[in-house]
Amino acid sequence: MRVTRSRAAALAVAAIMLSGGCGGGSSSNDGGGGGKGANAFSVALTEPDHLTPGNTSSDYSITVLDTLFETPVSIDAASGKPVMRAAESVNSTDQKVWTIKFKAGQKFSNGEPVTAQSFADSWNATAYGPNGWTNNYYFANIEGYDKLNPEKGDPSTDKMSGLKVVDDTTLEVTLTAPFSQFPITLAYIAFAPMPKAAFSDLKAFDQAPVGNGPFVLDGAWEHNQQIKIKRSPSYTGERAAKADAVTFKIYASRDTAWTDLRAGRVDLMTTVPPASTGEAKKLLGDRFVQTPDGTMDYLGFPTFDKRFASADLRKAFSMAIDRQAIVDAVYDGAFKPMASLLAPLVPGYRENACGEACTYDPAKAKALFDQAGGFSGTLNLWFSNADPSYEQWMTAVANQLKQNLGISDIKFRKIPAADYLSTLRQRKEDGPYRNNWVMDYPSPQDYLEYMWGAGNRMGWENKEFDDLIKQANSAPSLDASLPLYQKAEDVALADMPMIPLWNWQNQVGFTSRLSGVNVTPYSKNLYTISVKQG
Amino acid sequence: MRYAAQRLAQAIPVFFATTFLIYAMVFALPGDPILALAGDKPVPEQVLAVMRARYHLDEPLLVQYGRYMLGVFQGNLGETFTGQPVSELLQDRWSVTAQLALTAWIFELAVGIGLGVLAGLRRGGAADTAVLAGTTFVIAVPVFVVGYTAQIVLGLNLGLFPTAGTDEGWPGSYLLPGMVLGSFGLAYVARLTRTSLVENLRADYVRTATAKGLSRRRVVGLHALRNSLIPVVTYLGVDFGNLMAGAVVTEGIFNLPGIGQQVFQSIQLQEGPVVVGVVTLLVMIFILANLAVDLLYGVLDPRIRRARA
Repeated sequence: MRVTRSRAAALAVAAIMLSGGCGGGSSSNDGGGGGKGANAFSVALTEPDHLTPGNTSSDYSITVLDTLFETPVSIDAASGKPVMRAAESVNSTDQKVWTIKFKAGQKFSNGEPVTAQSFADSWNATAYGPNGWTNNYYFANIEGYDKLNPEKGDPSTDKMSGLKVVDDTTLEVTLTAPFSQFPITLAYIAFAPMPKAAFSDLKAFDQAPVGNGPFVLDGAWEHNQQIKIKRSPSYTGERAAKADAVTFKIYASRDTAWTDLRAGRVDLMTTVPPASTGEAKKLLGDRFVQTPDGTMDYLGFPTFDKRFASADLRKAFSMAIDRQAIVDAVYDGAFKPMASLLAPLVPGYRENACGEACTYDPAKAKALFDQAGGFSGTLNLWFSNADPSYEQWMTAVANQLKQNLGISDIKFRKIPAADYLSTLRQRKEDGPYRNNWVMDYPSPQDYLEYMWGAGNRMGWENKEFDDLIKQANSAPSLDASLPLYQKAEDVALADMPMIPLWNWQNQVGFTSRLSGVNVTPYSKNLYTISVKQG
Repeated sequence: MRYAAQRLAQAIPVFFATTFLIYAMVFALPGDPILALAGDKPVPEQVLAVMRARYHLDEPLLVQYGRYMLGVFQGNLGETFTGQPVSELLQDRWSVTAQLALTAWIFELAVGIGLGVLAGLRRGGAADTAVLAGTTFVIAVPVFVVGYTAQIVLGLNLGLFPTAGTDEGWPGSYLLPGMVLGSFGLAYVARLTRTSLVENLRADYVRTATAKGLSRRRVVGLHALRNSLIPVVTYLGVDFGNLMAGAVVTEGIFNLPGIGQQVFQSIQLQEGPVVVGVVTLLVMIFILANLAVDLLYGVLDPRIRRARA
């Protein structure tokens, strides 16, 4: 009897499952966002790490924070120049002491007024070492930063002396050295304000931030599932939201997000996988948009290793690499080969700054290589396992070096992602290594000084370069600084301690429900998107 | 009962040994997780020191482990690098994986045994050949191929199931991933049932039962099948643990925010507390599943029950 009964139960379960299958299927084609007809849409996202502006540099977090907060300025996509947002003006006579005037009458979504003090509080908290926030370093050039981050022991103060609140709408910022790019940096999310209410419980604020942006959180952050936002009733700025609400749907894999976009279950994604480029072009037509990104891939040399000390040898490597062929094969032509140390969207970018040294020419490369004395021994190529495409293009690079320069003994050093940066930091690499740079703000300084300046990974030292950067930083205006940065770029390229390879592209795809999509390298601009009705 | 208590007592040293081993392994992973979190940007020493102290990464292995175990017994499983308590994280994620594993398990149990019986009773027939060929195919194809194919064909093209996510809740959102996850086990269950049944149908006691004039239905259902299910039950018991642990790929494809996804992310980030917490729970599930299997033997085969007493 027992057996018969359990078999009946099994059959019943099977029957439920089959009927459930039909039921589940019929409801599977709803619109991605808040249902059909609603003026709401959904965006595919990866789980953010934090939602405190000072404590995240992740693009996913910034996508959300950009809707919840308003920074003093934002960047105009066409010119790469700052546009005033929360600020009314940013001025300086000596590039060292800056006066920021904020617009009057702005409010946080909890009703608290946005004042110069809200900005000072937020910046001080981020710069305060014991908080351990990610964006700490962005305040290193403000006077008094070192007091908040002493080499040893606890800091004696939690306020930077370089921040002076003059009145409710005026903040005076004193830098440690003249820095002409300061207004551009104010577009970065770390420079957003925080309300007084945040500081009573910073942990709770990280889960449910209160900002001054065009949207506010709608309900709790459902980790690994979704974050809902709706239009802020208290927002008075120029980025007023067109849609009523947005849902960020969280995906662990962008391939899955892409499948969901095709099924109409999510409306917008900004990271269509490079491997799906062809399919996206075919399926979405003009709803698939490729825009240049600030991120670039490089191949760095350990110049502290004698075998790589010759600039001619390094140039020979650069000329032996067929960038276009690799980009076509590995990234379906989506990435753009580079002959510059700067990404195309950065003011001061010159398309062919590198010239011959970044042009594929196997014959010249071989001649230069022999002239520099060639290379003996094993050539180790270093990269991390963070993305499978790294090994693919490194394999292509290895083959080209083998064919064009005749280096026969090439080995891969594939390092776990978590270990890669500390390996480089300890200078364990004994051969060319893969590196990329993610732009923080569109200034040549962001690329040149951090990647090539003092204490760089390559161990490259050049006084002329350092001096030019210093001069450019203290130039009287943004425009006046550009020629100096370009000169510095020329100095670096002539020595080529690091080879520029290619520039990443943003691949945006969206469903036919949306209009007004305007994703730029600086912002996803979700506020401009509206939902077609009917 | 005494047997069950004994088995549970055995679980205690297993618990300590596994947690320590896992903790040591995560500890031994090369690299600096805090530095890796910062990416390519410069980080002041002060910030690094604060973060290391916050997660006790600056202490020796035994102290770290001791601190962790002390926390566990006070109900504190530590927190992730993003500041979320591990216990809260597990609560959120555990139910997703449990629902997925249960769906997969019911699927392989019901359909697997059904197909096995069908094939076993018609040995050499068309149904038998079809089941054998079909299951061979399923075993041979890697799970991510099955997963993506099912997602594209059944989810995207035919629209029978949601493509990904947990929007529809149980069962809607879990049916397709459950079937994909259970397909491998299903093939095994079907083959095991078939072989076992074919063997038992030729046994003396079955012939005796038939000779006594019992109906075919009763001979197969009560006598042959009951004995044939012993190896199948063993497999199903162990496999429930496997399903829980093996959900990494399926959860990834179908974007189910479960345990498997979490373990994968946490190993990459070297989040010791999360990895240890999850794997310890998995170990406990394995132990309990095995215990349940042992107890079930007695129900299916009285000889085993008596031998123990």
